[in-house]
Amino acid sequence: MNMLKLSWKYLVAKPLNTGLNILLLALGLAIITVLILIQDQFENKMTKDAEGIDLVVGAKGSPLQLILSSVYHIDYPTGNIDMEEAQSLSRNRLVKNIIPLGMGDNYQGYRIVGTNHDYLELYKAEIEMGEVWRKPFDVVLGAVVAEKLNLKVGDSFIGSHGIGSSSHEHDEHPYKITGILAKSSNVLDNLILTSIESVWYSHDEGHDHDKFEADVTTSGFPPADEDREVTSLLLQYRNPMAAVQLPRFINSRTSMQAASPSFEISRLFELLGVGVKLIQGLAFAIIVIAGLGIFIALFNSLKERKYDLAVMRTLGASSLQLFIHIVLEGIILTFIGALLGIAIGHLFLAVLVMQNEQGAISGLSAAVFLREELYIIGYAIAVGFIASLIPAWTAYQTDIAKQLTKS
Amino acid sequence: MLSVKNIKFQYDAQNSFQIPDINLKAGEQLLILGKSGSGKTTILNILGGLLKPDSGEVKLGDTLVNQLSGAKLDKFRGKHIGIVFQKPHILAPLTVEDNLRLANYFVGAKGERNLELLKELGIYNKRKSKVTTLSEGEAQRVSIARALANHPQLILADEPTASLDDENAAIVIKLLQEQAQKFNAALIIVTHDQRVKDHISNHIIMGGKS
Repeated sequence: MNMLKLSWKYLVAKPLNTGLNILLLALGLAIITVLILIQDQFENKMTKDAEGIDLVVGAKGSPLQLILSSVYHIDYPTGNIDMEEAQSLSRNRLVKNIIPLGMGDNYQGYRIVGTNHDYLELYKAEIEMGEVWRKPFDVVLGAVVAEKLNLKVGDSFIGSHGIGSSSHEHDEHPYKITGILAKSSNVLDNLILTSIESVWYSHDEGHDHDKFEADVTTSGFPPADEDREVTSLLLQYRNPMAAVQLPRFINSRTSMQAASPSFEISRLFELLGVGVKLIQGLAFAIIVIAGLGIFIALFNSLKERKYDLAVMRTLGASSLQLFIHIVLEGIILTFIGALLGIAIGHLFLAVLVMQNEQGAISGLSAAVFLREELYIIGYAIAVGFIASLIPAWTAYQTDIAKQLTKS
Repeated sequence: MLSVKNIKFQYDAQNSFQIPDINLKAGEQLLILGKSGSGKTTILNILGGLLKPDSGEVKLGDTLVNQLSGAKLDKFRGKHIGIVFQKPHILAPLTVEDNLRLANYFVGAKGERNLELLKELGIYNKRKSKVTTLSEGEAQRVSIARALANHPQLILADEPTASLDDENAAIVIKLLQEQAQKFNAALIIVTHDQRVKDHISNHIIMGGKS
């Protein structure tokens, strides 16, 4: 027998009351856990995906939409831009590197992105199996795409038009898988990569077998055989001066628009921040109510237990031990609540991720544990301590003789 | 071994008690008889260190109980004084055995004799039960076992038979006497229950008449 066991027995003696308090606290803490997990991974992922991209250039429209569609591949593109105009930009002395992207097709909801090999280099992507694309209609799959669709090198498939899973198929041009990327935990995992040429030819009428046999461009823009378009450009500055001049130049002098990923993303988080704050507030309210619930439960049980406490004193318990006895009850409650809350939080996130295989949160993992979760346990124990302080003090001051003679 | 001298105590100006001096050797037994409100329980509380007298001294062995305070008093009480109340007051969330172990825990005793004690009091097979499943007589025996769990030098019993029938009352008194003798402990029973008088010859009467 020890203090911990004693407090535990008293808690177990009232399973409903104890369970309800634990559950309420766990709920509040679960919300906090999910928020922390999503926020941390989301921000990490967002920053990682945008690394090395100073500016995104695309058709005029919402800059945020341009960033979301071209960097994170979660929104629809703003439209296409004329390749000649795009190419003229690459000759600008402020531009160090430029990667064209061509979008518009998907396979089973996974986007087919036409680009060149620089795009792979930008993310330091490694080929796990096979090799990169060399000919039109050769594709390389992201690790998640290959796993989810159960595709291997050498398989072929037919893409459909549109960005989401959709309507009509380009039945005359099957794509051939030449390689699969190693898992990188960034946006590439969920993409199907190919050459710009593939995207162009799949939308062309008629067949030109010579074109289909020629090697594709691996860096820079492919040579245009007719009027061609690309969807957007990922751009790196040559020097800091470019950050000042280039966006202004593009936005005012061309028919394209330029958007900075870091700026748009911080704007996005600012917008999301309001919602996050609201949910956080709700979670804190639940935690405060749970703390009050524990306080009330302990305080009420004290009325019935004053006799028990007096008896403990006659058995040799000191006032301090009674104080600890009550405080321990509060702390045990909140500790279990914290563990349960963290478990529920992870479970909830796991379900959320499972149900959104291709959405913005598909790349999140529920199996990640953060240091902040230790703080949650710390906070919970603090709540238990504070909630049990007044009841414990009352127990501390129990007048044994008065209590025992009252019967 | 137990000596009580010149104790004065009052709850308020109208309610003052003059408490007779008591001297008991180890193994001796004393019955304190008196009507309700005569101050019997007050004596017991003072002897048990639950109440501080206004003046006078309570000495158990070499220790002046009335001069101890705080945790020291609690530990001394737990170790050397066993108290049996009118109602058993078993801690309901704990099993019978755990009630005894808790008494051991608070004073740091090992409680090697717990099981033997439960056997002698005839509640060994109830040791894993909760108090709610015990009869009144059994519960009172558990409370005796708990009071004895740390081998006290002094056993105080406050109306231990009041809520028991004749048969159980006789058993409880007999058990208290037996165990007190076995441990060579002083036993003081406070009661207004005339049935107890037949068992203990040494008695004092509170409040003049009984």
